[in-house]
Amino acid sequence: MNRREFLLAAASAAVALPTLSFSGKLFAAPASSPRFLFVFLRGGYDCNNLLVPYSSDFYYESRPTLAIAKPDANNPNSAIALDANWGLNPVLRDSIYPLWQRKQVAFIPFAGTDDLSRSHFETQDNIERGQAIGATGNYRSGFLARLSGQLANVPTIAFTNDLPLSLQGSDKDVPNISLRGNTNSSFDARQSAILTDMYRGTPLASATADGLELRKTVSKDLMDEMAKAGRGAPSARNFATETQRIATMMRDKYRLGFVDVGGWDTHVNQGSVTGGLANNLKNLGEGLAAYADALGDEWNNTTVVVVSEFGRTFRENGDKGTDHGHGTVHWVLGGKVNGGRIAGEQIAVTQQNLLQNRDYQVLNNYRDVLAGLLGRMWGLQGNRMQAVFPQAKPRDLQLV
Amino acid sequence: MRLELPAIPKNHVLRCLHFGICILLLTPLLASARSMAPLKSDDISWLRRDGFGLDTASVTRYRELGRSGLLDAQLADRVNDPLPPAIASLINGYQAIATTPQQLLMELDAAQQHIKALPDGPDQAAAKKNLQDMGNQLQQQAQQAELLQAVYGPNQLKEQLVWFWLNHFSVYAPKGRVRWELGDYTQNTIRPHALGKFRDLVMATLESPAMLEFLDNNQNAKGHVNENYARELMELHTLGVGSGYSQQDVQQLALILSGVGIAPTNGKPEKFNPKFAPLVVRNGLFEFNPQRHDFSDKVFLGHTIKGSGFDEVTQAVDLIVRQPACGEFISRQLAEYFVSDNPSPALVKKMAHTFQRTDGDIGKVMRTMIESREWLAGNNQKLESLKFDDPMRFVVSSVRLAFDGKPIANALPLVYWLNQLDEPLFGRITPDGWPLDGASWSSSGQMAKRFDIARAIGNGNNLLFTPAGSTARGAGFPMLTTRLYYDAIEPYLSPATRDALAKANSQQEWNSFLLASPDLNYR
Repeated sequence: MNRREFLLAAASAAVALPTLSFSGKLFAAPASSPRFLFVFLRGGYDCNNLLVPYSSDFYYESRPTLAIAKPDANNPNSAIALDANWGLNPVLRDSIYPLWQRKQVAFIPFAGTDDLSRSHFETQDNIERGQAIGATGNYRSGFLARLSGQLANVPTIAFTNDLPLSLQGSDKDVPNISLRGNTNSSFDARQSAILTDMYRGTPLASATADGLELRKTVSKDLMDEMAKAGRGAPSARNFATETQRIATMMRDKYRLGFVDVGGWDTHVNQGSVTGGLANNLKNLGEGLAAYADALGDEWNNTTVVVVSEFGRTFRENGDKGTDHGHGTVHWVLGGKVNGGRIAGEQIAVTQQNLLQNRDYQVLNNYRDVLAGLLGRMWGLQGNRMQAVFPQAKPRDLQLV
Repeated sequence: MRLELPAIPKNHVLRCLHFGICILLLTPLLASARSMAPLKSDDISWLRRDGFGLDTASVTRYRELGRSGLLDAQLADRVNDPLPPAIASLINGYQAIATTPQQLLMELDAAQQHIKALPDGPDQAAAKKNLQDMGNQLQQQAQQAELLQAVYGPNQLKEQLVWFWLNHFSVYAPKGRVRWELGDYTQNTIRPHALGKFRDLVMATLESPAMLEFLDNNQNAKGHVNENYARELMELHTLGVGSGYSQQDVQQLALILSGVGIAPTNGKPEKFNPKFAPLVVRNGLFEFNPQRHDFSDKVFLGHTIKGSGFDEVTQAVDLIVRQPACGEFISRQLAEYFVSDNPSPALVKKMAHTFQRTDGDIGKVMRTMIESREWLAGNNQKLESLKFDDPMRFVVSSVRLAFDGKPIANALPLVYWLNQLDEPLFGRITPDGWPLDGASWSSSGQMAKRFDIARAIGNGNNLLFTPAGSTARGAGFPMLTTRLYYDAIEPYLSPATRDALAKANSQQEWNSFLLASPDLNYR
């Protein structure tokens, strides 16, 4: 059942239905308008085993069991050289490396925040709020919600179970739905209309209408999609299945999206080219490649940014893992991204250049970099960008 | 006094094709059977906030004791009717509840030693997996025990406080040995102190293995100080962030708390330096180990605390809970959970005053709140000024209403529903506990999921009556058209909800709509 049929069914089930209170986001945005997906890796992933500083002897001294070997054509487990200094974890050979070769992915090392707490929840919250450090004011206001508020015709959605802080505080309802699990709608059109009516005029009218409508739309879209692709998995077993579903939604209906991926807090036995971290990176890489693939032509109108709250200690710890650190590597992907390069300010990877002799410095503040990137994507300047990232100094790394 | 009602002819309802007509037929029958006037709107409103929603037992008790009599009895912890025997026997059958924490941790220790001794290989992997399964089972048992008490506990005000404090002093099950310590934490740490002095509650959590493990104070020792618990004890448990204490106070409190930890569980007697031996403090699994303590003098919250051992800790806690900020912080949180997302400063002030005057007597603070005008301010008001139920309250109150005291055979569905609604017991990874405001639980995706659960309860398509290990399907769907419904809910339904119920095609659907309705999800 499409939206029109749903409305008709709703109208026939309810006596009086002047307007349904959908908050507007389901109406189509212009087909070729920019799309932005924000991917949050929760837990602080170990960027040093994603983007390997292979020209640094200090890296190999610091990680006796975790280091990834220097690029070597005869060793499939060695890093894939991206330039003279940086290599890619070989578990991404078939997913992210092809995008790199097409210049559709850039990495920004020494990226992150000013927050030095090294606390997961504090730093995640700070990133999602997107305020300057020390700013007081509305705790429940996320930068993506403020961005959405600055943009017209940019339907916004979170592909998560609850509404992430990034998208809280919007003056309109931002829908959320996890595409990880079973997304089947429990209620048919008549029942949905009855439930929607029951909440009409309450503070939750629009959340109720959106939630039920979204389930239905998603069920239908995914059913079509799964029929086309010959797949029928009721729940996403891996990130690639999930991102294919996300692509369906982002291709047709949404322009600004959020998704998160957990499991990156590798204090113990994290492994290098095999093991827990490698599996996570492989899953992530395959998911992002599947997303690019599933978007088809719209990949050219798409930008994906991957961040994590912090990097990890440069040295491995006594448990063959790494502990909470500071600077990290952010990813920028997209069909028209100015990629195939390591972007932003950099310094040599040496012991002297570590922050507190422990972890990466932050030379590329995510607020400044995102302000530059999003400003270019949507032509947001001056006060409008300051409303998204107050006191940020937008830095245009020419990423799009 | 007992409420008697001619049995509603259930089969009659079932046989009806047009459900709406059944209601019409039944209503006069019920009206004539009524021996007393229905409770007034503000009685219902009061009672719905007093507990996890209504059931017949709570309404009966309210009628018997009256509002103030019931409140007195609850606050004095005198509402002690036994749990239904089937529920009591479920709870007592859980190892997490029936086995002492000492025993559980000793077994865990032994199992870990055994695993260490095994060579790498399939046997070791199997032993590790067994141990993990054991931990998960203990966690689920502790969750079920808590949910069963929330549903069937006679003192519903206390049951709410138990959840509130479990959440206020939140612990995260997957960390360390916490899964082995959860039954002890709910039954021995939180429950006995839920209505007592706040100071005693803080001390109980401070000495509890679950908290010592979760916030790392077990690692806090002279020379390698861990500030985690010291910081959260003030920031989250007692004073609140920005209440005036400094980073210096955090560091000093961490030193005061050095040596506060969990006793060894390897079964071997501990050896102490004779100089320190008299200063050891043991209480069950709690141990103050003076050999790990920093005995320097401290300056904490402007007071000098002489280095003396565990007495420093009790002095520090006394200092903390007597700060005006503590009474204000706790009062505000209680009012936010029980009364309003934005409780009035006047109410918080009144409660904080009681807190200060009574040396942190939780029962007295609760009385101030419940006897305030704000407690009933939501009555007949717009939904904006009411509280929207969090998932815990939604699940527990739905089951209470649906089965009305009838014992379920399996509480795992309740655990899973809370997982699906993203508010699992002992599942908050950060130490701040689940949010107390309604906005955190009412996004579009959360509403859709809530309706799914309303449907699962309403249509009986669940395992509530399938005992663990059995494959037999349970008792079908509940009958929500009860005497309780007609007495306490039906008279006050909004027109929109009446419309929705009238459109239901079956009892199952009707149940689902009722449980999903704003009338039952706000209080």
